[in-house]
Amino acid sequence: MGTANTLTKEQFDAIGQELDAIRNREMADLGEKDEKYIRKLIKRQRQLEVSGRGLLMLGFLPPAWLAGVACLSASKIIDNMEIGHNVMHGQYDWMGDPAISSKGFDWDNTCTNTAWKHTHNYEHHTFTNVINKDHDIGYGILRMSEEQEWEPRFLFNPVLAVIVSTFFQHFVAIQSLQLENYLIYKTKTREELKEEFRPMWKKMRKQLFKDYLLFPALAGPFAPFVFAGNISANLVRNLWASQVIFNGHFPEHAEQFPESVLENETRGQWYVRQMLGSANFEGGPLLHLMSGNLSFQIEHHLFPDIPAHRYARIATDVRAICEKYGLPYHTGSMARQTLSAWKRIFKMSLPGKPKAKQDNKGPLGGLRAKVTRLTSATDSDSRKAA
Amino acid sequence: MNATTQNGSPFQKGLDRVLQSRVAEVLAYPHGVDRYLEALNPLWSVKGVRAEVDDIRYLTDDSVTLTLRPNHNWQGFVPGQFVQLTVAINGKRHTRCYSPANSVHRADGLIELTAKVHAKGFVSRHLRQQLTVGDVVRLSQAAGEFALPEERPERILLISGGSGITPVMSMLRTLCDERYSGQITFLHYANSPADMIYASELETLCRQHDNVHLVRSFAQQSEPGELSGLFCREHLHTSVPDFAQATTFLCGPPPMMAAVEKVWKEEGLENQLFKEAFTLNTPSLDSDSPEGEVRFAKSNTTAVSKGTTLLEQAEEAGLTPESGCRMGICHACTCRKTAGKVRDLRTGEVSSGDEEDIQLCISVPVGTVILDI
Repeated sequence: MGTANTLTKEQFDAIGQELDAIRNREMADLGEKDEKYIRKLIKRQRQLEVSGRGLLMLGFLPPAWLAGVACLSASKIIDNMEIGHNVMHGQYDWMGDPAISSKGFDWDNTCTNTAWKHTHNYEHHTFTNVINKDHDIGYGILRMSEEQEWEPRFLFNPVLAVIVSTFFQHFVAIQSLQLENYLIYKTKTREELKEEFRPMWKKMRKQLFKDYLLFPALAGPFAPFVFAGNISANLVRNLWASQVIFNGHFPEHAEQFPESVLENETRGQWYVRQMLGSANFEGGPLLHLMSGNLSFQIEHHLFPDIPAHRYARIATDVRAICEKYGLPYHTGSMARQTLSAWKRIFKMSLPGKPKAKQDNKGPLGGLRAKVTRLTSATDSDSRKAA
Repeated sequence: MNATTQNGSPFQKGLDRVLQSRVAEVLAYPHGVDRYLEALNPLWSVKGVRAEVDDIRYLTDDSVTLTLRPNHNWQGFVPGQFVQLTVAINGKRHTRCYSPANSVHRADGLIELTAKVHAKGFVSRHLRQQLTVGDVVRLSQAAGEFALPEERPERILLISGGSGITPVMSMLRTLCDERYSGQITFLHYANSPADMIYASELETLCRQHDNVHLVRSFAQQSEPGELSGLFCREHLHTSVPDFAQATTFLCGPPPMMAAVEKVWKEEGLENQLFKEAFTLNTPSLDSDSPEGEVRFAKSNTTAVSKGTTLLEQAEEAGLTPESGCRMGICHACTCRKTAGKVRDLRTGEVSSGDEEDIQLCISVPVGTVILDI
């Protein structure tokens, strides 16, 4: 890891150029195969959804109920992750189809397209893992960094994490409200909150009405089975999606950064921050699909608007770049990353800064210090596009 | 008004009512009913016009004639009107306007579109070389002011040049089907007989209908046309001496249209001339120079291009478009470019001049650009 500590400005620039080259290569190659992939996937998802909802109508038969929940859960997971998340990143905007564009697509989730694009595409992807800038570090509910001041409520960190997971779609929907500013820090008024909540409630209401009133009502006397099936499918999706997302940035080796890294950050340094702050997990094609290819979180953060089914191939090149420059490439099995993320959740529930002050010790701490020093020293043109 | 409208069976009507209902909308929320229908059959849609390619013919070396079978949402057209045809080429959608050339009385309700294939014509080349029978394309409903009036004029002059023949061909075929009794002169300009689309059908129509007079003019004198060379006043005096009595429908390349318009203006007959420019009348934005202006169509603002990103230029012009990362990753600033070319700052690549979505923060205008903000 010695090289990581000695990355020069020129090396950051070189990394930037090599990654840009990968990006340009992939963008130039976009075409019919990407279109076929996403259209076929959408078709499969719609089939799963219709089958799931159909089977739940016969939910009084236990096998039909179970199969219905399985289909509807899979449908919601694919809709939210490999389709929705990726389409809303603009991965398919080049196709010119409003139904598959970042502007036009909406997902089977209570979060609105607009709110999501703000908190996720903009805040989280631009300021990835920068304390106080990336709200995804704990969503304002959990303590996920040594740099976050400990409060007594964080004693319940693991419990809060379970609650966040269980109601994940709703937390995502209201994430941009930054509820903690009203409830705890009192920097937001009730009126402001109400105003911001209005468009969110409009979408939440429709989703809840559809899943918990209309579809059950269509089943007549079997409404309770449909109701329970829909609750289960939403729960499965919530637990799965939150775990995949926790695994992307919460494992212990994923680096977090102080705000100072943003000053005059070059494109190369931005890329390096994305790599250090993200973690992949390994598995088969089905796992990658059901994770919306967020199992390639590193590649996703480098190239958020390249169609995600390409990440597996790009990963080889990214890994080679990491090796070349002695940068860590965080990856491991799904189980390992899950365990590591939860370890952090538990650790952060206790006060104290276990590792925070050891800035220059260990390969990653050292690198962080290096990035910080370099970014504040450099006079280059910041992030304002190439 | 339009004979090709298919009213559909009572079953179809009932189904439409169900699919357009509030309940269907909520059940399909948030994707919409169409997104489920198209998964079953690409031709199905609640309101959109989709059409299956029924036949492809090559009437000349540089043209392609498509026969399309539209779904039941097609509301028909008036001879002279155009439709927007959308096809996906290598995954990306492209839209072009074409005027149906068929008679509105065509019994099978199919639509015939003919495109001239230009060397640089990306879409027309695709239609000629890649499209196959059975493919499904998207269509708009017919539109356009250039249309045969419902009350047919007593004397009709149809003037066309090159592929501008299609809307007037529709008029001629429709009038023939109606056994229209007035006199029709069909004055057409082409490079050579081999280049003339619908040449043999026109001859046949002319033979079968005493009131149809076909006058062809080919660019080369050696070619066997009734006339030769480009449009001029003499052509009118020799072939259509009574043109002042006629209602005239004109469609062709811009120089020819200008020449015809000039004569009609001089004669004070402008209100008897109806015209369609088949090269769209968008301003010429083909310049590769960085100079030009940025027009923000929705806000009615124009700025002289400064060579900076469109996001910066929009903000300097006092607009507040949605934006985020300013580095091309978050797509918050994505908006519609209706005309003009832009350069992607990251790749240096220059876009096409087509209407498409672009990211303001990484796009620099190349020449004049029109944005829908």
